Amino acid sequence: MLLPFLLVGIGGFFGAICRYVVTNVMKRLFLDQKPYGTMAVNLSGSFLLGLLFGLSESNEYNLLLGTGFLGAYTTFSTFKLESIQLFEKKEKNTAILFSLLTYSGGIVLTTIGIIGGKIIKGA
Amino acid sequence: MFGSILRYSFSFFNDSFKGDSFPFGTLIANILGAFLLGYFTRKMRQKKQLNQNLILFISTGLLGSFTTFSALSLETVILFQSGAYFYAFLYVMISMIGGLAAASIGYFDIRRGGKV
Repeated sequence: MLLPFLLVGIGGFFGAICRYVVTNVMKRLFLDQKPYGTMAVNLSGSFLLGLLFGLSESNEYNLLLGTGFLGAYTTFSTFKLESIQLFEKKEKNTAILFSLLTYSGGIVLTTIGIIGGKIIKGA
Repeated sequence: MFGSILRYSFSFFNDSFKGDSFPFGTLIANILGAFLLGYFTRKMRQKKQLNQNLILFISTGLLGSFTTFSALSLETVILFQSGAYFYAFLYVMISMIGGLAAASIGYFDIRRGGKV
């Protein structure tokens, strides 16, 4: 009964830490203050969730790695906050570009992940 | 940890992984989380003394994990694959516009003329 919550909690714990690490690494790599870190976690996390979905049939792994880890590794709230902060700084074009790249990239990478996962599972 | 458990609780609103229903759970968590993060960021800016660890815990930890992007991508692809093109389009549009609106309402103080 409590196991699903435990799995999601444990996965989420590590997912959030990984997001924090990747975001900080990206901040050091790119010094122009644009939200590359959030885009990097959201795109890589979308690909990995697609891969997991293509690969996995086990509900436990989906909860631990999918809902827990990758759910927390990627973020929507920070993505939106950074978008409106770009609007606030009059960087409208950057905000629109990052949004379009994140949504379209997320959908494309998830699809590639699903196909990849199915190929690996079939092989 | 707590953020993701809370998000998981919201997923009982929907059966998104079955692909034939609208993913309300993720949508509600994302829109609500975007509003709360905007609101929290504004409140913290207005404060003189800031506890950086508390900000990190609530912003990056709790609200960052409460919302998700990977599930949004996957649910969109699943809707698309199951032929629910209109729902897929609707889901992305509501997330995109609703998320920005929710974060703005939280972040900009309307009573102070939209200033933070």
